[in-house]
Amino acid sequence: MGGGRRRRFGELLREFYEGRHRGALAREKREEEDLFMLLVFAEMMGIENPAGYYTLELLPLLYEQFHDWHVRMGMDRSPLDHFRCC
Amino acid sequence: MSAILLAVLALGAFALGYIFYSRFLAERIFQLDPAFETPAHALEDGIDYVPTNRYVLWGHHFTSVAGAAPIVGPAIAVIWGWLPAFLWVVFGTVFFAGMHDAGALWASVRNRGQSIGALTESVVGRRARTLFMVVIFLLLLMVNAVFAIVIAQLFVGFPSSVIPSWFVIAVALGIGYLLYRRGVPLLWPSVIALLLLYGSMFVGDAVSLALPDVVLGMSPAVAWVVLLFAYAFIASLLPVWMLLQPRDYVNGLQLFIGLGIFFTAVLLANPSVVAPAYNQALPADVPPMLPLLFVTIACGAISGFHGLVSSGTTSKQLDRETDVRFVGYLGAVGEGALALAAILACTAGFATLAEWEGFYTSFAAGGINAFVQGGGTIISAGLGLPAHFGQTLLAVMAVLFAATTMDTGVRLQRYIIQEWGHIHDLAVLRNRYIATTLAVAACLVLAFGAGDGAGSGGLTIWPLFGTTNQLLAALTLVVLSVFLLKKGRPTVYTLVPFAFLITMTVMALLVQLRGFWDAGRYVLVLMDVVILAATIWVALEALGALRRTGRGGPGAPSESELVAHE
Repeated sequence: MGGGRRRRFGELLREFYEGRHRGALAREKREEEDLFMLLVFAEMMGIENPAGYYTLELLPLLYEQFHDWHVRMGMDRSPLDHFRCC
Repeated sequence: MSAILLAVLALGAFALGYIFYSRFLAERIFQLDPAFETPAHALEDGIDYVPTNRYVLWGHHFTSVAGAAPIVGPAIAVIWGWLPAFLWVVFGTVFFAGMHDAGALWASVRNRGQSIGALTESVVGRRARTLFMVVIFLLLLMVNAVFAIVIAQLFVGFPSSVIPSWFVIAVALGIGYLLYRRGVPLLWPSVIALLLLYGSMFVGDAVSLALPDVVLGMSPAVAWVVLLFAYAFIASLLPVWMLLQPRDYVNGLQLFIGLGIFFTAVLLANPSVVAPAYNQALPADVPPMLPLLFVTIACGAISGFHGLVSSGTTSKQLDRETDVRFVGYLGAVGEGALALAAILACTAGFATLAEWEGFYTSFAAGGINAFVQGGGTIISAGLGLPAHFGQTLLAVMAVLFAATTMDTGVRLQRYIIQEWGHIHDLAVLRNRYIATTLAVAACLVLAFGAGDGAGSGGLTIWPLFGTTNQLLAALTLVVLSVFLLKKGRPTVYTLVPFAFLITMTVMALLVQLRGFWDAGRYVLVLMDVVILAATIWVALEALGALRRTGRGGPGAPSESELVAHE
């Protein structure tokens, strides 16, 4: 089997491996990330977070996902007074 | 009768069905359009909606729908003789299953990839949706209970399968770890996993692991059922990537290899069918063939479960609408081929009629051991393998199918219970551990409540599972018919199978009700009554929906509602 064909076969196998569970895996990953978002934004919502000093650094990185997150958590509007995204 | 001749006849019929009937359906009934933008493209998100190569998609679809059911059903049903089972599998696959699977796929593709459950609500009504959920829950409950019994039966009958069957869990965990955590390319782990799997069968063949006669006061079969549910409890709580995904993958690979090995062996060994074409000397407990044949063989002839897969995941990955024919119809054909293999193994793998009759002493005996014994003999003879190795191979194959389905089944039940927790705002049910405990407990009640069920390894409950599966198929055909009617297309190709299925389902339920009542199995009586009520309900909803649609009156869902995406 040539290198190219083997790679192509490997790709097909990979698709066969992943296809059936892509959705379930993405959901699991998102659940983990949702928990992470809660940890990072905990202090801003008045929940004590002993790691707050460290998670503060991550805030700018997660701003973009904030809107999607609070909508997914069942809050139509941003829960933070000083932080509006919608 | 030569087994090769039977195989050629059936596979030839499948080929003709694909070439002619599926083309007719594709061109005239579904009117598949290569230019139609499928949900995989329209809603592409890289997760659920992903355009997929049709061969890969067929592989997914087939391995998702194929399992232990198309083996167990025919294995039981050949007790009436090989001819009825053979004819039902051939005609069922060509005219019922192929149309049903492709139809469900098409209807879903035309409705933004919605599942049959969601389509039921928009096409038939909200009540029917509730009904649909109830039927699915019952189906999962029965599939888990019945497969645990099947696996226990195999472990007791073929102790050589115990080591490889559990060893594969370790192999799957290894693959999951290598792929997900280490990012290793898939090819070599796959090859090594298969070598390990088949190597472990040689080990199992040498070292049989049978439980002692009494385990903590339980018989071996009961102990295995309890152990299996303990396993399913843990497995369904683990992350998908860790166990379920690699397990499904290994299972898919060994399905193709197993089918290849079996049909090659049939070709090389050319065994003769020793079982009677029509069994005149039926054991006393065998129920009448009409209607029971048509619910005993569900998967392999037509199965509602396929509609769930078609519309649940496959429809969201279809690259072009014309692939409906290839993926949907040939998915059913693959399942038919598996059922055919089961029929051949259970009827041609024996030296004499007396030996065959030794396996079919009662209906509840279940025939799965006949499948392993007979099929194993064919494989060993055809490929020149050690006498027992063929049996170990098939026993492990059947166990892996059933066990993978149990893993998924318990997980799905947990999701449904958690969803009820959300709908009714019950925090207790939302807890994954409590939901899983409830799911497993319900399955155990059913597995042991079936009277002689787990204790003596009986499969009395099997036809009830098949009945529920057919009910689901009937419900899918209603949805499909209403959808076709709205589009002004002929509905006779869906309504005739629907009428047939509903008639057989009701008759089978009545026959079984009588049997369960006489045997004093009240758990099953209750289940039977619930399913009977659901069946009548389905029939009434169907008539209502068809009449509403026919009149085009109020209550009929509007065309735009149904085909919002066209």
